[in-house]
This record gives sequence, C-alpha cells and structure tokens, in this order.
Amino acid sequence: MSFAPPPMSLLAELTHRCPLACPYCSNPIALDRRASEMETADWLRVLDEAASLGVLQVHFSGGEPMARNDLPELVRHASKLNLYTNLITSGVLINDTTLEALDTAGLDHIQLSFQDVDEAGAERIGGLRGAQEKKLNAARLIKARGIPLTLNFVVHRENVARVPEMLDLAHDLGAGRVEIAHTQYYGWGLKNRALLMPSAEQLEASTEAVVKARARFGNSLAIDYVTPDYHADQPKPCMGGWGQRFVNITPSGKVLPCHAAETIPNVVFPNVATESLGAIWQDSPLFNLFRGTDWMPEPCRSCSLKEVDWGGCRCQALALTGDASATDPVCARSNQHALVMEASTAGHDGEFLYRRFGAI
Amino acid sequence: MSISEDSILKFTRGHRLQHDRVRDVWLIQAPEKAFIADPIAAAILQLVDSDQPLGVLIDTLAKTYQAPREIIAADVQTLLASLIEQKVLGA
Repeated sequence: MSFAPPPMSLLAELTHRCPLACPYCSNPIALDRRASEMETADWLRVLDEAASLGVLQVHFSGGEPMARNDLPELVRHASKLNLYTNLITSGVLINDTTLEALDTAGLDHIQLSFQDVDEAGAERIGGLRGAQEKKLNAARLIKARGIPLTLNFVVHRENVARVPEMLDLAHDLGAGRVEIAHTQYYGWGLKNRALLMPSAEQLEASTEAVVKARARFGNSLAIDYVTPDYHADQPKPCMGGWGQRFVNITPSGKVLPCHAAETIPNVVFPNVATESLGAIWQDSPLFNLFRGTDWMPEPCRSCSLKEVDWGGCRCQALALTGDASATDPVCARSNQHALVMEASTAGHDGEFLYRRFGAI
Repeated sequence: MSISEDSILKFTRGHRLQHDRVRDVWLIQAPEKAFIADPIAAAILQLVDSDQPLGVLIDTLAKTYQAPREIIAADVQTLLASLIEQKVLGA
C-alpha cells in the first residue's frame, strides 16, 4: 500500500446535539446520542494523535460544539499542540462568560452560522425562536474581543435572493470573511432537496451578487463562495480527494474521510477507541477505498481531469446512482447525468423534514 | 508607496507563522487555510516575529545573505506589502 500524505485538517464533531433543526444539516440521518459521545480524555488523546500525524487545523464542530462543557479544555489543549483552532458554531450559546473561556483558551477563529438575514426566514430554517438576535449579539461579542470572525450562510431557494444583504451584514458586523455556501445535498439536505434547490436563475443572481460584493468590499471582506453542483456539468473535487487532506471524527469516535461517509455500504468504519488515528488514515480499508485513482471506473479512469476532480463525490454517486464507485452523476460524461439535471429542475412541493433525533 | 523602515509589523490575530515538523516547511496559518512560505519568505517572516523595526530586519537579512541592501529591501517591501494587503500582517 502506498504512503498517503498526512491530513491537513480535522473536523472534530464533538456532539450531534444542537438547539437548531436546519433541514440541510450536514450531520448523518442517524445521529449519535449523548450517551455514545466520547469522553474528554478521548478527545485529548485524539488531538495529540492528530498533531503528531501532521494535522494543522482543528475545526471544532457538531451539532453545536458549545453544548459540550469541555470545549474550552479541548481548545486549550489543541492550542498547546500548536494546532490552529477554529470553532464552527450557531452562536446561540455564546455569552460573555462562555466566550471569555474560549478566548483565554487560545481560540484562533470563529465561524458563526446564520440561517438568513430575515428573522422569519431564519426561524423557519433553524426552528429556534429568538436565535437571530442571539447570533447578532454573539457576532458583536466576538468582534469586541477581536477574535477573527467568519460568517457562514447556507443558501437555498428560500433565502438565496437575500445574498446581497447577507454580504452587507457580514461587512457591517466587521467579519473578515464570509462564506456563502449553496446547500449540498447529502443526508438531511437530500431529504429536503426539492424544497431547497435553487433555480438556475437564482444561482446566477447569487453568483452575480458575490462578484459585485468582491469588487465593492475588496480586501476588507474575503468571500468564499460554494456553488451547488446540481447546475454544473463538472463535479467538485470533494474534500480535495478521498483520504487526501481531510479527516472527520464523529461524536462517537468514528473516523471518516468526509462527514457523509457513513452512508457508504459494506465497509467497516474505524474508531479511535480501538485504533490510532495514524493507522486508520494510512491503512484502513475505508480510507483506501477511494483514495487516488486506481478505484476509478470509466469514464473517470481515462479522463484528463481525474486528478483535478478526483471523480467527484463518492457519497453523491452513492446517493444518486446506488453505487459509491460510479462516476459522480454531476459530471456531464456520466451516463447518469440526467438524474442531476432532472433533480435541478424538479417540483418544489412538500414540507421540510427537520433535523431532529428520531425524525426518521 | 513603501512601508516605513521604522514600522514594526506583526501578524494580525488569526494569522501566524509556524514550522510544520511533519512536512518540514514553514507555513502561514490563516482562517480555514494554510499557505506554504517559501524559504525566502520564511526567513523574512521569522524576523517579523522578532518584533524588530523593518529597517533592522532588512539590515539583518542583507548581512545574513551578503546581498546589496537595496535588493533585499525591495524584496522585503514586495512581500510585506502583499501580506499587509491580504491582512495577514498589520502595523
């Protein structure tokens, strides 16, 4: 087996518990319960292993990572290991006290999610009354402490028209960065795809708003823009390639090449409780399943872009075609590209299925 | 416009220079990404981390690399101006 360069980035999903219920949540449909969450000591050991393996940045995420009382301790430990610490949070548990604990622990950066700029729109998605005011207050507290801040907006057909106002809000709140990320359709997002999918015209308008804002704000606001690949004809290089840069650890300690990988059938999900992170990264069947290009079918195998897009997304190939090793059907060269074209223009009926424990 | 040689530049919060032991490269850590600093940039940025005025930093580099001061000064100004523009460094 060939040597795999070490991962750059660790997504530490500390918990699946969250006060919000967004219907595009990136957590799996089968959520880890509190009783299955790893202990503090387990996470401390995982951080040690991650740093010696070569991880540079740790993204503390969830669910809502601030639902865990040991978050400051984990941040402090990661900082001591010289890992760059990022908190991905809904912000609804941020107040002076909780923020101070994270700040003094050495937190490097906060990514604060907003569901919308419109309060009713935000509550329709997040399902938590009063969340918007808490988030705005959190942004002000973060700014007052001087902690670098990125606002994150997931956009979809109900809020995408307000991308210009989202960009203005990020600028007004003094965020250095903003992410405008079109919904990705896995797990909960896939369940709610018909209600979330923007039209091609909406997509075009949001792209134009980003281009205009980049010209207007220049270096005072960095804008990351993630497009929905359903309107595309070339797949995204998902995670920069399977098992190449990125590692995800779930609340119960499963180690995954991406946060949706638990959908992949017929493979064992390795766990940090029983194996070291380094051994899992190098040698586990899961991480080697789609690593590199040897696994690829045609038309990927003979495609000149195979080391550009790495065959697209395995979880998307699985979700749409039933075969995780198929060419990502976003690719126009896939013989199943029609699946994506149909879904991108399908009807928009129904009710949201909210992300909750036991929702399905 | 060039940066004053009296300036003491610092990494802004959220950015830092770091040696990556595993890959044996110098990196600038930044929100959601890390840039590799080439050996020349790494030499300059390690001095930035020593809190010296820019002029002293240029003197040190000119001496270390036995190169004409004006050539070093131009390289340093170009690099640092670009990092200030990207808000990686501030005064």
